[in-house]
Amino acid sequence: MGVVFERPKSLTQQKFHYCPGCHHGIIHRLVAEVLDELGLQDRTIAIASVGCSVFAYDYFDVDAIQAAHGRAPAVATGVKRSRPESIVFTYQGDGDLASIGAAEIIHAAARGENITVIFVNNAIYGMTGGQMAPTTLVGQETTTSPQGRNPKNAGYPIRMSEMLATLPGASYIARTSVHDPKHVRETKKAIKEAFQVQVEGKGFSLVEVLSACPTNWHMTPVESLEWIKNEMIAYYPLGKFKSAEEAK
Amino acid sequence: MAKVSFREELCKGCELCKQACPKGIIEMGSHINAMGYHPAQVTDMSKCIGCAFCAWMCPDVVITVEKEGKA
Amino acid sequence: MSKVLMKGNEAIGEAAIKAGCRYFFGYPITPQSELPEYLSRRLPQVGGVYLQAESEVAAINMVYGAASTGARVMTSSSSPGISLKQEGISYLAGSELPCVIVNIMRGGPGLGGIQPSQSDYFQATKGGGHGDYRLLVLAPASVQEIVDLVKEGFDLAEKYRIPVMILGDGILGQMMEPVDLGSETTLEAGEKPWAVTGKMGRTKNIINSLYLDPEKLEKHNRHLEKKYLEIKAKETRSELYQTSDAEIVVAAYGMIARVAKAAVDMAREEGIRAGVFRPITLWPYPEKELNQAAAQAKAVLTVEMSLGQMVEDVRLSLNGRLPVEFYGRVGGMVPTARAVYEEIKRLAKTYGEVK
Ligand SMILES: Cc1ncc(C[n+]2csc(CCOP(=O)(O)OP(=O)(O)O)c2C)c(N)n1
Ligand code: SF4
Ligand code: SF4
Ligand code: SF4
Ligand SMILES: [Mg+2]
Repeated sequence: MGVVFERPKSLTQQKFHYCPGCHHGIIHRLVAEVLDELGLQDRTIAIASVGCSVFAYDYFDVDAIQAAHGRAPAVATGVKRSRPESIVFTYQGDGDLASIGAAEIIHAAARGENITVIFVNNAIYGMTGGQMAPTTLVGQETTTSPQGRNPKNAGYPIRMSEMLATLPGASYIARTSVHDPKHVRETKKAIKEAFQVQVEGKGFSLVEVLSACPTNWHMTPVESLEWIKNEMIAYYPLGKFKSAEEAK
Repeated sequence: MAKVSFREELCKGCELCKQACPKGIIEMGSHINAMGYHPAQVTDMSKCIGCAFCAWMCPDVVITVEKEGKA
Repeated sequence: MSKVLMKGNEAIGEAAIKAGCRYFFGYPITPQSELPEYLSRRLPQVGGVYLQAESEVAAINMVYGAASTGARVMTSSSSPGISLKQEGISYLAGSELPCVIVNIMRGGPGLGGIQPSQSDYFQATKGGGHGDYRLLVLAPASVQEIVDLVKEGFDLAEKYRIPVMILGDGILGQMMEPVDLGSETTLEAGEKPWAVTGKMGRTKNIINSLYLDPEKLEKHNRHLEKKYLEIKAKETRSELYQTSDAEIVVAAYGMIARVAKAAVDMAREEGIRAGVFRPITLWPYPEKELNQAAAQAKAVLTVEMSLGQMVEDVRLSLNGRLPVEFYGRVGGMVPTARAVYEEIKRLAKTYGEVK
């Protein structure tokens, strides 16, 4: 019998600290599988952000940097500009990327920085206990929108991928989900394409992954899958907003 | 012939594997592991087709899948 | 080496290049824009990278990234921009990353003005960002000293894995003086085993300032403290001018020390035994050197372009041994030698033996 599935090399043996059913673990594994398959482990520098995934530096078996909240794209820029031969990726949550780090992500994309961004959108601030995020859906209850997000005072959720795709500097932008095995495969394919764009020096690549936070959504992990499928995808359509072929 | 094995000590009992299995052969064990979760297990291995859907969905990289005829 | 005439801000840039710095991340702000402008021209000529960031916040985080890879890297700004960099500076200190940060101070608070000032002394020396940390703060007083301290700053930053700040003011940045740029620093490859470069077979390196376990964080804090104590013991720098017999010692740094020297010369002509103590390192503060300089003194006058910031370190250093008075101008106004001389005279009358 041959192994058809096993733990990727680019993950350390460290046990994830994530809650049961949290999709951060799936997304970590997919990134590690891609690094293995493209043979990038030795060349890669990971930039962890602030959020539940802050310990990503312990989980990926690659050189890593922990960045301040929202600043990972700027840190990645400093790394890539001083070591263009390295493969550099950031791993950021939606609060990190779409709120406090909005300027950093937009300008990294605008400059066409040759980096890869893994953007984990769970529509909430997970680490701090379930507050409203810039990506929280209208009507979604959080600890700071107890009546549900009301656009009259909290505005509307931001579709980062669509927004970033308007920038000529962005080469590859896709939104995927991991709510079932088919979509997990598609997410891996997108992550692989994104890293390939970087390997080929084609510029800025980003994969937004819709991701469950069962704990702060107050759902079981299995119910969370349904919520992604029915609610999140309705507002955040999956797809490629900029493709590798379009990338100059 | 296919075989899945679980690193039971890593399992958080989230049931995503169980939800994903097309053969419905994954159940949660009645015992608890060191972390206090009911770990996932396969009831009838002979029905496993080695599709690895369970492993694809597992957030904690608990599952290894082996299959006849794969090298 | 022959001398060249250079503006202070440009000399910082050329000195950085001589020191082997090839990466600069900045954001425009008066009165230091000549520095990024100069480097945007020069760095590409030497195979380096100049990048204009979207903000000072981004710039300092780019510095954090480049420093993580072991590169010699610099950023510069002026007061409001330095406020924005504080988050990154705290992370650099926590993660023990070497770099050089230039602050060409202007008046504040808020948007303040664009004229010279020394009102960021507290921010630079007492930790403008969060957490228990220190920067090594160097305060040049001439264009030549800019060159020397920028070069030394990079070496100190790497020796101690600490961010170094060059603290100057708008006068120094704009002033032209002849300088000897000296020789090029030769950097040895592979002397930073901690840097992230891709793991290439070795065990992974991590650049990090997060320690959730309080025991581990305390250990990290103690480790930083040990380093800071070593720097305090070994790296103070100062200049003494006419202090050996001085009754009145004027404490001043940067450009204002030059004003103080002129005032001391005037006082000496009047028979007042005055001298100047000029700290070159603002952190660590040269406490011992100040006490030596003031060995014969009856009083110390601190002169600053602020409402009185360094004066607190002067008082702490002297620990109540001598009266310490303060004279300052603010808002971009510069103390004149005449005004400082009048203050020296007043102190000599109040505290001195002569007259
Ligand atoms: C400057 C700063 N502000 C606030 C925080 C507190 N904080 C930590 S994580 C976080 C939100 C993270 O949410 P997200 O990026 O969506 O990641 P998730 O935990 O949901 O994966 C916040 C606000 C911080 N660490 N630093
Ligand atoms: S709080 Fe949410 S995002 Fe954070 S680990 Fe738990 S489930 Fe995942
Ligand atoms: S490999 Fe497929 S059939 Fe076998 S247990 Fe996993 S999901 Fe079920
Ligand atoms: S998906 Fe993984 S962690 Fe969740 S129950 Fe199955 S084996 Fe356990
Ligand atoms: Mg989130």
